[in-house]
Amino acid sequence: MIELGPGPSFVEYLNRDRPDLLPGAPIQSQGASGAAGQVPHGTTIVALSYAEGIVMAGDRRATMGNVIASRRIEKVFETDRFSVVGIAGAAGVAIDIAKLFRVELEHYEKIEGTRLSLDGKANRLASMIRANLTLAMQGMSVIPLFAGYDTLAGTGRIFSFDITGGLYEEVEHHSVGSGSPYARGALKKLWQPDMDATAAVRVAVEALYDAADDDSATGGPDAVRKLWPVVYAVDSHGARRVEDAILAEMARSIIATRTDDGKEA
Amino acid sequence: MSAQYYVSPEQLMKDRADFARKGIARGRAVIVASCADGIALIAENPSGSLHKIGEIYDRIAFAAVGKYNEFESLRQAGVRYADTRGYSYSRHDVTGRGLASVYAQSLGAVFTAEAKPFEVELAVLELGETPALDTLFSLNFDGSIAEQPGHIIMGGDTPAIREAWNGYWAGKDLAAAGTDEVIRAAALVLPGVGEGSEDARLLEVAVLERVTSSGSHRHFRRLDTPTIARFLGAGK
Repeated sequence: MIELGPGPSFVEYLNRDRPDLLPGAPIQSQGASGAAGQVPHGTTIVALSYAEGIVMAGDRRATMGNVIASRRIEKVFETDRFSVVGIAGAAGVAIDIAKLFRVELEHYEKIEGTRLSLDGKANRLASMIRANLTLAMQGMSVIPLFAGYDTLAGTGRIFSFDITGGLYEEVEHHSVGSGSPYARGALKKLWQPDMDATAAVRVAVEALYDAADDDSATGGPDAVRKLWPVVYAVDSHGARRVEDAILAEMARSIIATRTDDGKEA
Repeated sequence: MSAQYYVSPEQLMKDRADFARKGIARGRAVIVASCADGIALIAENPSGSLHKIGEIYDRIAFAAVGKYNEFESLRQAGVRYADTRGYSYSRHDVTGRGLASVYAQSLGAVFTAEAKPFEVELAVLELGETPALDTLFSLNFDGSIAEQPGHIIMGGDTPAIREAWNGYWAGKDLAAAGTDEVIRAAALVLPGVGEGSEDARLLEVAVLERVTSSGSHRHFRRLDTPTIARFLGAGK
């Protein structure tokens, strides 16, 4: 049979011709059981659907054991015009995978002359996470949350993953990372069907606030340094990053409301 | 045992060049022009899915004439080269010059060493901040490479198209023109296409936009037939 070229996948091409460029490749030989606590970890990501699409938000803190490694890390990325990914776990590997995933989608689009379907994108990400399983077993796990606007179905959709590359579609909302149990509790109470974009962004910020309140690895809004969560909204017009000015006002209003309530826990 | 006939290197290269030139002239032409709004790429191409024009990277595009399977494999190799480079270094380190010289080397190697030369002519274009900073490279089947100021015309009956094109722009400033005017001018000089909006389906058009509408880092935008028809119709 005639051998076909590497096809439209950039990751498969790297696997074949440039395996040295794949994320995590150089550390694979090391028995790095103790190393996991020594690298920065990113924490909480939330995603929720609203009437026209989806919103995804991530806090800005990375921790290394009990130390704050970064106060301004970004864990939510625009991967193409209609999708975003947020990644919790070992920050270095997570950022590399997000970057590679973005190139993967763009590469496919350029080679094939057409965009991947949203299901196709989610499946590609699942196989990239599966490829990271060896590192995950050494404590360098990476857990993404993927969401986007499905142009075929005309709706926003959210996908979660496990470290073995298992792919699960979520309804209404989902959260990953160390602060996710608290964020999920908040989402359950705050999420309403048919919210508009502004309401959805506010729910995302408030869920992150609750996660930061109870989880020390999740960073809350930092009014001193003027650092606000990274929030993206995706609808039929594409993905857009919510401006800092809007987030600042939202975070301040949430803090003010909580202060007025005067509750302890 | 049959003896090999002696063919002088001059004759061999000449035969190969004639062969490649004939193959390229059989196809339809492509016009690439740098103007005020960006770089416009216009091809006479009735197929809606087999493209002669393609996106390579953020500010780099590709156009080709000749044999589809040959330039398509070059285009894909170019996308792989650019994506690998941008991924392992930085997006800023992917340049049109780098890509063009890689193409020149592979075309040159195939021309001298392989049984048959590539029957293709390529253009590699990189968008600059202003028309004067755009770089347009044209590459021939033998690996020869040239940087062209302003515009590139290749394929089909190139001399006739070039004459018509130069006639259109005599006394007009191409660098100051808008994309719409460049598309109309190209439709006028490409022999198989008329100026009417009904001929929009015979054209394949893409633009490397100087200012992207979406604010994205990708400047390449393919125009759909209704948009091309609107541009062609507006000239009336």
